[in-house]
Amino acid sequence: MSQLDYLAPATPEEAVKALGAAGARPMAGGTDLLVQLRAGRARPDVIVDLKRIAGAIGIREEAGAFVIGAATPGAMLGEHAALVKAWPGVVEAANLIGSTQVQGRATLAGNLCNASPAADSVPAMIAARAVCVVVGPAGRREVPVEAICTAPGKTSLSPGEFVLEIKLPPRPARASDAYLRLIPRTEMDIAVAGAGVNLALDAQGVITEAHVGLGAVAPTALLVPEAGQALVGSKLDEAALARLDAAARAACRPISDKRGTAEYRTKIAGVLARRAAAIAYQRAGGAA
Amino acid sequence: MSKQHVSTTVNGDPVEFLADPGMTLLDALRDELDLTGSKEGCGSGDCGACSVILDGRLVCSCLVLAPEAEGRRVETIEGLAHGSRLHPLQQKFLEHAALQCGFCTPGLLMASKALLDVNPDPTETEVRYWLAGNLCRCTGYDKIVRAVMDAAAELRQERV
Repeated sequence: MSQLDYLAPATPEEAVKALGAAGARPMAGGTDLLVQLRAGRARPDVIVDLKRIAGAIGIREEAGAFVIGAATPGAMLGEHAALVKAWPGVVEAANLIGSTQVQGRATLAGNLCNASPAADSVPAMIAARAVCVVVGPAGRREVPVEAICTAPGKTSLSPGEFVLEIKLPPRPARASDAYLRLIPRTEMDIAVAGAGVNLALDAQGVITEAHVGLGAVAPTALLVPEAGQALVGSKLDEAALARLDAAARAACRPISDKRGTAEYRTKIAGVLARRAAAIAYQRAGGAA
Repeated sequence: MSKQHVSTTVNGDPVEFLADPGMTLLDALRDELDLTGSKEGCGSGDCGACSVILDGRLVCSCLVLAPEAEGRRVETIEGLAHGSRLHPLQQKFLEHAALQCGFCTPGLLMASKALLDVNPDPTETEVRYWLAGNLCRCTGYDKIVRAVMDAAAELRQERV
């Protein structure tokens, strides 16, 4: 602990430089990193706090897209009326994480880069087709959210790279999303399974685009294209829901642990996908 | 690494202290500034005993590094009363016997204040969800929730 240094760069370029040092770790909200630090599970030599980078805390709209800075806390997402209207599923997923106090700090970028398979916001961001703006020594690149995590606690980011912001794409009319998770209580627990569904409808209520993300049923959160395809062309009738359920279950590769058995997680993933799809459909203006 | 010099505002007063880079805001408040009202329960953001308000937002001070407070505004339990006059939340906690051992009380009071700052007329459900990150092993929470509801009503009266 006495070796630790703390840096709070003001620009992405300074942050990249700071992260070039051996043992440097980026910190967004810190609600995972500081717990790991205290438990001795993370032993960084330098903590590079992203909060002082201009724009890192905040949400801006760019040509219909929402750009969310890496250090933007969950509470701020829930307070942003336009974001909540456009992406209620992403916001409800982020706002499920932890207590009021945790919501004052915890971020989408941190939830993603902590790389827990059960991270609540990640399936919702995957379903939303969110993209990360990654900055590093080689410059700037855009990476789909589902390509960030590679295994529990592991990411595809190279040394010196960090997520600067997360972009949610422009919303067509009659589109919405939803996220549901199962926990054995009502608040503050880790998902047994989670499902995010993002839908776009035509004027008749027929689904023209559908994306499904699943959490806590594989080493990383999953994009399940087959589950989305199962809904396209339907008005979310029972046959489409049954196809969605089957495709979601087929994608699951869960472990059994104290939170649930692999069989239970798989079944629940299908159920949550069905229910999240129904909520997203209704929010998008489809008749229930 | 050397200690970092931190200038910040605590309960309206400018303060300065030296912090090890890995020191938490909670430890800085308690050990450097002698503000021992904020408690350490779990040290991992689960119990809420260390709750403070940082730039208007409720946080666990055990999950904030002390150098992060540079240039920020920190509100702690020590700033809640006006001199010898208790804040209505403190008064109602006493009247409703919303504490027994008292360890969680500073955190619960700061969390309740943060709620009433943004929502002067919360429902009981809203109070219970808002305070879900503050653990109390004595009271069973019911008296706490009643005290917060009562304090909210009194504060609304004061505003009229």
